[in-house]
Amino acid sequence: MIALRRIFFFAVGLFLALPLIVVAGVSVNQRQTLTFPPQGFSLSWYGQIFTDPEWRNALLASLTLAATSALLALLIALPLAWFLWRRVAPWANIFQLLGVAPFTLPPVITALGLLTFWATTGFYGQAWTAVISHGIFFVTLPLVTLSLGFSAIDRSLVEAAATMGADDRTIFRTVVLPLILPYLVSGYAFAFVLSLNEYIVAYMTVGFTMETLPIKIFNALRYGYTPTMAAVTVLFLLVAAVIFGLVARFGDLPKLLGAMAEDK
Amino acid sequence: MRREPPQRLADYGPLFFPAGMLIVFFVVPFATMIAVSFFQRQQGGFYTPAFVFDNYARFLTAFFGGVLGFSLFLAIAVAIACVAIGIPFTYLLSRSKRSVQIVWLVALLSVLSLSEVMIGFAWSTLFSRTAGITNLFVWMGLMTQAQALTPSFGAVMTAMTYQAFPYTVLVLYPALVRLDPTLTEAARTLGASPVKAFFTVVVPALRNTILATLIMVFIFALGSYLLPQLLGRPQHWTLSVLITDQAIYQSNMPFAAAMAVFLVLVSLALVGLSLYAGRQKEAK
Repeated sequence: MIALRRIFFFAVGLFLALPLIVVAGVSVNQRQTLTFPPQGFSLSWYGQIFTDPEWRNALLASLTLAATSALLALLIALPLAWFLWRRVAPWANIFQLLGVAPFTLPPVITALGLLTFWATTGFYGQAWTAVISHGIFFVTLPLVTLSLGFSAIDRSLVEAAATMGADDRTIFRTVVLPLILPYLVSGYAFAFVLSLNEYIVAYMTVGFTMETLPIKIFNALRYGYTPTMAAVTVLFLLVAAVIFGLVARFGDLPKLLGAMAEDK
Repeated sequence: MRREPPQRLADYGPLFFPAGMLIVFFVVPFATMIAVSFFQRQQGGFYTPAFVFDNYARFLTAFFGGVLGFSLFLAIAVAIACVAIGIPFTYLLSRSKRSVQIVWLVALLSVLSLSEVMIGFAWSTLFSRTAGITNLFVWMGLMTQAQALTPSFGAVMTAMTYQAFPYTVLVLYPALVRLDPTLTEAARTLGASPVKAFFTVVVPALRNTILATLIMVFIFALGSYLLPQLLGRPQHWTLSVLITDQAIYQSNMPFAAAMAVFLVLVSLALVGLSLYAGRQKEAK
């Protein structure tokens, strides 16, 4: 039975890893060909992401977009989660629903909605519209982690602070914020990584004026495959693995995921 | 601190910014899209306000019916494949050591967050003639010559299963972690083999979870728009691809919007069904 389990885990692991192994192999090819096993060994394609102005600009655009839109998602989710936890207002749950909706529906719907919206208002193609679009699209992630964080707070702690005369603002700063900080960080991390990799919403809102890395790869695919794309893929996978690894190191990942899907 | 209803206007303060943002940038765009779906298309990619059903009438064509049928078929096939592998996998994972679970969860999250562009690129490389898996088969003596495996239905199906599998596991994970271990222990004590215990105790206990997961993965797979384009032939295009194509390349926003509205209705109906299945589970 244990052997059977090992074989099954190995098979699933192989399925998940196989395309990535080939991509990793391709990314270290010496010449500009996609061959596997790689011919020669060279890290120059990784270097090209940072030295070639086009790839570097795409990388910077992606990082900026991910950092700012994840922050916006957090700024929308935090007061909402706080309000829902602090007050009895069943009708306000509609906003919780609105926050989860973009993530549950097929992404092309949110993308098209935002495209028509930006086109109608005349802001189509401006870089900041992508920040707002991603901020709304990924608000689900901090909203879910924060709801979980708030529900884990022992209310008697807050009551004690209130009895001693602390007002809402002081309670939030000195009691609530330290307790939900891990959930705040993991919510930001999830939104950041997913925004970094997101294609369709970014493409439909700013695809013709700005190139994020996923857009850049897709555009480059039409002119043929280069090892640089493989290098970017490996780089992004490593970034995601490191960030989620850190979340697991400093937070309780099984608990976070155990409750996350439950809220959906 | 007791939860209390908001009394003064200031109590609503924290709600202003989130509510405003969600209404302006989600509800309004959504409404705009619905409105545009009734608009009249003009030559040159423009459209004028109107209230016509022309865009919806196009659903009745054989071409659209074919695309819709294929999209649904593909999403169902992917959902079944993912759930069939995902249930035993997640079950075994939830019974593993904590440290093993964390490593798998980090790996699954990393693959899940990987851009669809990159998944498409990775699989088209794996299925290519020069760098692909067939080179391995040739080396092993199973094939005489390396060949490209894309574009094909199998390639689309494999890559979409790859994309949706981590999602499936993460949706199943909470239910399986909480599954009472004494259930299987009792079955084992009564003499059932582990495999038999899994199929006669675990699977029936999770019937509604399985149904809800199938629906969630189905919706997830419906959203795939790049993999059919990168790995399939035009006849493998899904509704999501068609929407993007109409909106961006054909500049037919009203028709794209009408298809999107249709896709929303299908998804919402299914989300409702999965919530209903979830409620049945609680009621038991």
